[in-house]
Amino acid sequence: MADLPYRIVIGLEVHVQLLTQTKLFCGCSTRFGQPPNSATCPVCLGLPGALPVMNRRAFDLAVKAALALNCRIASFTKWDRKNYYYPDLPKNYQISQYDLPFSSDGHLDIQTPEGTKRIGIIRAHLEEDAGKLLHEEGGSGKDSLVDLNRTGTPLLEIVSQPELSAPEEAKAYLEELRLLLKALEISDCEMQEGSLRCDANVNIHVPHADGVAATPIVEVKNLNSFRAVERAIKFEANRQYGQFQSDGKKLGDRGVSKATAGWDDVRGVTVVQRRKEEASDYRYFPDPDLVPIEVDSAWIAEVRALLGELPAAQRTRLQSQYALSAYDTEVITRQGRPFVAYFEELARGCGDAAEAKNWLTNEILQTLNDRKSDVRAFPQPADAIAELIREAKATGLNKQRARDVYAHMVSEGGTAKEVIKKLGFTPVTDEGQLRDIVRRAMAANAKAVTDFKNGKVKAADAIKGAVMRETKGMARTEMVQQILLEELQRA
Amino acid sequence: MIEHTAADLLATLRKGDGSAESLTGAFLDAIRQRDTRVRAFLHVDEAAALEKAHDIDARRKRGEPLGALAGIPVAVKDVLCTAGQRTTCGSKVLQSFVPPYDAHVISRLRRADAVLIGKTNMDEFAMGSSTENSAYQITRNPWELACTPGGSSGGSAAAVAACETPLALGSDTGGSIRQPASLCGVVGLKPTYGRVSRFGLVAFASSLDQVGPLTHDVRDAALLLEVIAGHDARDSTSVDRPVPKYTRTLDDPVQPLTIGVPREYFGAGLDGEVEQAVRAALKVYEKAGTKLLDVSLPYSQYAVATYYVVATAEASSNLARYDGVHYGHRAAKHDDLIDLYCRSRGEGFGAEVKRRIMLGTYVLSSGYKDAYYVKSLQVRRLIKDDFDRAFAQCDVIAGPVSPTAAFRLGDRSDDPLAMYLSDIYTISANLSGIAGISIPCGFTKGGLPIGLQLQAPPFEEEKLLRVARMHERATDWHTRRPKL
Repeated sequence: MADLPYRIVIGLEVHVQLLTQTKLFCGCSTRFGQPPNSATCPVCLGLPGALPVMNRRAFDLAVKAALALNCRIASFTKWDRKNYYYPDLPKNYQISQYDLPFSSDGHLDIQTPEGTKRIGIIRAHLEEDAGKLLHEEGGSGKDSLVDLNRTGTPLLEIVSQPELSAPEEAKAYLEELRLLLKALEISDCEMQEGSLRCDANVNIHVPHADGVAATPIVEVKNLNSFRAVERAIKFEANRQYGQFQSDGKKLGDRGVSKATAGWDDVRGVTVVQRRKEEASDYRYFPDPDLVPIEVDSAWIAEVRALLGELPAAQRTRLQSQYALSAYDTEVITRQGRPFVAYFEELARGCGDAAEAKNWLTNEILQTLNDRKSDVRAFPQPADAIAELIREAKATGLNKQRARDVYAHMVSEGGTAKEVIKKLGFTPVTDEGQLRDIVRRAMAANAKAVTDFKNGKVKAADAIKGAVMRETKGMARTEMVQQILLEELQRA
Repeated sequence: MIEHTAADLLATLRKGDGSAESLTGAFLDAIRQRDTRVRAFLHVDEAAALEKAHDIDARRKRGEPLGALAGIPVAVKDVLCTAGQRTTCGSKVLQSFVPPYDAHVISRLRRADAVLIGKTNMDEFAMGSSTENSAYQITRNPWELACTPGGSSGGSAAAVAACETPLALGSDTGGSIRQPASLCGVVGLKPTYGRVSRFGLVAFASSLDQVGPLTHDVRDAALLLEVIAGHDARDSTSVDRPVPKYTRTLDDPVQPLTIGVPREYFGAGLDGEVEQAVRAALKVYEKAGTKLLDVSLPYSQYAVATYYVVATAEASSNLARYDGVHYGHRAAKHDDLIDLYCRSRGEGFGAEVKRRIMLGTYVLSSGYKDAYYVKSLQVRRLIKDDFDRAFAQCDVIAGPVSPTAAFRLGDRSDDPLAMYLSDIYTISANLSGIAGISIPCGFTKGGLPIGLQLQAPPFEEEKLLRVARMHERATDWHTRRPKL
């Protein structure tokens, strides 16, 4: 980024859906992809007289996430109503948290080319999701359908400090956040299904004669992938630079306010939508239907006990415990906790962490990718693959054959030993047996023996070839070589 | 028979005299004969009521156990959701709304084998003090048909006073049970906030709303409160603490008893005849050995102002859902989404509801919120502190319910401020969450009932009822019935 004539300042607002069975304020299912409006009840439909009751499990999950993000947990927190009219919001207010979020002042460490960078978290708060509007194709503007299944799904909003200074850092932040939240089973963070959504607040600092000028902040929305986040920020920063060159408007100037832009992924441009000051006045006030929550230290301790090892700590441990490179550790931890657990079991089982890493990051990851599957659905347990690695090493099974055994184990089942036998990969290791085969081969190749005796060393290759054919390649080359030399000298 | 209290009717039924079916029939007859004049009911479901009564009789005959209100008709303010039955809130917006669920108190009534006889008229969304804000009809005071029954639970109060039902439920946000009870000469109890679940009570102002009984006497109020009170997991503001057997201790006088008399409740604006009746009621207590203590509630002068900020703020948000999109009234013609909202709400809501939505939106809006809404919450706290201080010195607080007896219909409809002042003595109980009751304590020369208000600390309903009962046993105001 050093060659850009400005510095980019980015803050991210991330919404993740929590992995609860039921919604934030009622007992409806949060499962994705159910028939429209089937997962609804009077509470999430906002029918008159229906009242919200907090889902304790959602709050626990949110606290877990906040603790993992090193946030301070408030001892007193409450729910507020954010009032605005929209057809996907049946009550026409969203239950959210305004001035007393349940957590604040945390941080997340990300990896950058310059090393580890700490990104501050301003706050994380809980709120309910809205429904979805399905607009009729053709845009007659007449029929819009509303699906309220998503209404009331627990959302955790995580607001970062504006401390990200490159599009790549924004992406790294999102990847680290996703890794953390997936590892802790707080959210599945699927951008495609909307369980992770991200808005980016972007502006640039341009050095000039009097110091540094900051451009007005633009909130970029409609970011549907991590790649889109990266591209949109890059585009928006450049657009702001151009704008600044032409109008010179700075943050804080009279009449300049925060704007909202939508990212058009197809055209690859941000489109500034409206000035923030024209946006709704949300008239926040405490929701009188919900009692405030008092979180004591026992409650926090209870949740903290469920955290386990966080990805950052795990990375450090894996590197030192298994002597892995930073790159390999990254590849493994990025796959999530079950994958790491599989690796550790495999490494223990086969007694060779480097081999375990090779098998895992090459063969197994390839299989999982091909199958679009998760390690939890992988057909062979870690100790079975560990056995394969041990057998291959013990019997000198070459890499290609070992891969064949692996492929068979994965597709057809069976243990390493069974499959090796079935595929005829059992090595000929009996010296007497091999000596017999060598002798027979010499008898059948009398000319080659004579040639060898006459100084044609190469002639031995013909005999070796015959032995390998006889043993279907299952004899170890060095052993064949050794016995053959002995027998030729004796002949 | 229709003039009897529920307790008496229950005793008769238990003895085997008469049947629930004939009893329900008698009240249905009364409704048919009287309600064309009183207009207390919005919907009466004769068939369902008679069927329920018939079923109770059959179960009684088979010797099966029956609930605490077995066979007794109960009228319900149309603000409470009844499964499969229209619940309009007195508003056009909910003209065709049929809830798929019962309010918690309705479930409790069904479980107690009460006969749900019908839904009563009310000010639209419980906003008003005369029931004139109903979108459907004007309810009249059974004691003087030219007068208001009060509001917003005017339908329930009038139905009990007119002996069209022995028991009724109302809701009280700023006096909406106690004021109509006072104006109709019946007993009306607003329980402590959190004592009765609000689940299925269509919200006006969530931090103030509470469901309570309207009855002929204090015994019936105790009986009905016993059925509806208690924790409900569906309302997080409902409090999980045991419900005393109010009916069991009712006749035990509270001794020694100190009644606090706030000087602020006897100032300017209080009608002379009302003051006289209330002072006479205090004399009744004094005669029985009660100590009367002068107390002060200095912040009560701000109660009405505070209330109209807090209540309207909450209402502006609570009523946002009536937008014509998902249910309720939708304008037939509209250009776009905003137009759909504007027309549906414009057509669906009456003037008072619109006034309060505008007020509430204003006091919450950016730039005004601190001066109005936030300030009101602070004053609300001070009003609560006033009561805490007073209750440190006395058991209950006594005073008038409303500054005047029933006023003539139409008299205050064009003067919202005069109407708002009808609740000047009742509003602070809602702001502070305490319990309050209105009991009959006399009549004006013109024959209009006057009520005495007693207020008790949170969850002291048992004491409140016992104190109220002491007055009732020494007087006969509660036995009077209007001629209809």
